[in-house]
Amino acid sequence: MTGTILISVYVFVLAMFVGFEVITKVPPTLHTPLMSGSNAISGISIVGALVIAGMGEGTMFDIIGVIAVAAATINVVGGFMVTDRMLQMFRRDTDTN
Amino acid sequence: METRVLIMQLAYLLSAVLFIFGLKRLSHPDTARGGNRLAAVGMLLAIVATLGGGQILTWQWIIAGLLIGGISGGFMARLVKMTAMPQMVGMFNGFGGLASGLVAAAEFLRYSLGVAGTADVPLDGSISIMLGTLIGAVTFSGSMVAFGKLQGIVTEKAVKFKGQQFLNASLFLGIIAVMVYLVLMTPGAIVASNPGTVDLLYYVLWVAAMLLGVLLVIPIGGADMPVVVSLLNSYSGLAASAAGFVLSNNALIISGALVGASGLILTRIMCKAMNRSLANVIFGTFGQTTGKVLVKGEKRTMADVNDVQPDDVAMLLAYAKQVVIVPGYGLAVAQAQHKLRELCDNLEHRGVNVKYVVHPVAGRMPGHMNVLLAEANVPYNQLYEPEDVNPDIANVDACLVVGANDVVNPAARDEPSSDLYGMPIIEVDRAKHCVVMKRSLNPGFAGVDNELFYLRNTMMLFGDAADSIGRILEEVKQL
Repeated sequence: MTGTILISVYVFVLAMFVGFEVITKVPPTLHTPLMSGSNAISGISIVGALVIAGMGEGTMFDIIGVIAVAAATINVVGGFMVTDRMLQMFRRDTDTN
Repeated sequence: METRVLIMQLAYLLSAVLFIFGLKRLSHPDTARGGNRLAAVGMLLAIVATLGGGQILTWQWIIAGLLIGGISGGFMARLVKMTAMPQMVGMFNGFGGLASGLVAAAEFLRYSLGVAGTADVPLDGSISIMLGTLIGAVTFSGSMVAFGKLQGIVTEKAVKFKGQQFLNASLFLGIIAVMVYLVLMTPGAIVASNPGTVDLLYYVLWVAAMLLGVLLVIPIGGADMPVVVSLLNSYSGLAASAAGFVLSNNALIISGALVGASGLILTRIMCKAMNRSLANVIFGTFGQTTGKVLVKGEKRTMADVNDVQPDDVAMLLAYAKQVVIVPGYGLAVAQAQHKLRELCDNLEHRGVNVKYVVHPVAGRMPGHMNVLLAEANVPYNQLYEPEDVNPDIANVDACLVVGANDVVNPAARDEPSSDLYGMPIIEVDRAKHCVVMKRSLNPGFAGVDNELFYLRNTMMLFGDAADSIGRILEEVKQL
């Protein structure tokens, strides 16, 4: 077991705690946008996908890479856009009266 | 460390910070939109940092992938109807899981095909690859089934068969065995002697993990979809984290953990709103007692129902002081939310105090009903939660239940033998009057009959919700 993985585990556990702390109190109004927005963030795998698609190691990796990049991009672009579309609909009463 | 790599790493850190701020802002209505944009900027930064990090040698596949994904994702996000939001989020989840799983797969193949320069996978790397594959594949196939169920391609009913749990358990144990085998047999040794075996087993792992994802989601019925969508959301985060372990990339680990945490929080909120444990949702036999006997065992018919016409309802609402609206998914199915808002605006002009009460599990995903009402221009500060309204509900002149059923079923409060027992409800039966708009007397999503329909202070208005509300509105205008 190398030191790197141990640090990674530390980072993971602490980030989970950050997540719980940051998000605990979400009004129900925002449950759906929070989910689709955080879903877009999980498309961060695009970082790994880009490297595979760009390393030029042969057809096998090109295929895996292009599928991974496309899938992650759908997740990222679609996720952020649809969240924005939803959030622009939310308004307070005072906006009209 | 090379300067270029250092800059890339710092950019990743900045992305992670932007995600944290973005999520923080996403949890407050006034700042949510900015929060989402902040997170998007973080993502763009991570992408640019990767592309400029010096690891990219060929560009054509990257451009192809970005174009395909960007265009289709963009179109879907623009065109999707708000009612279809749950299945789209489900599908996006699945794609995220797929991408994470493929990152693990590519890393595996780098070793087994000799691209990595060595066939000796370090133990931690190997464990990460296997976990990344498992979580990614389960997230992908599970989300696709959830998408299919919500879209109506796959049956919404819980699919159960004999020996299902045994099958799932054996499959899971089998997967673990394959993973342990693959981790322990350092590919270095096997690749040298028998190159095919390890690769073959790894493909078997993919297929088995995808099968597990399917089997985990098919037994879950329509009423439990909000929980499943939340749980898969959490998985997609964990899949990204696992991919981060594979690549030793902290940006992925942090972002994935944040999403994992937010998905778990929403899952817990959903379970609480149904008064059920997560294990009960996943393995439970909820809604299996369809056609369950009514309270006291008597068969109720239309004759026991107080069936009214739109003009009766209009009269009741127009002269009420306090009206509570309980919207359910049926409202959205009938596309009646715009008409409903028009009716409520009209009532408010007459001096009636109108509140919308939204149950946390109304709709098909957490907060779905709030989005649907926002689309119909209902301001979010007019939306209330059940616990805000229940204590004073006896003073409410009229509750209008539109397309909701299980969340107003008094059996959840009074009938310990009911499947719904213990679920927090909106206690509309305690209001002075209650109007239930419904197509028929059919039981709700959970397949449980509702005593509310037969109570003395309940009026049933049968028919299409949009049509009925339109007629009530016409009548109210004439009063």
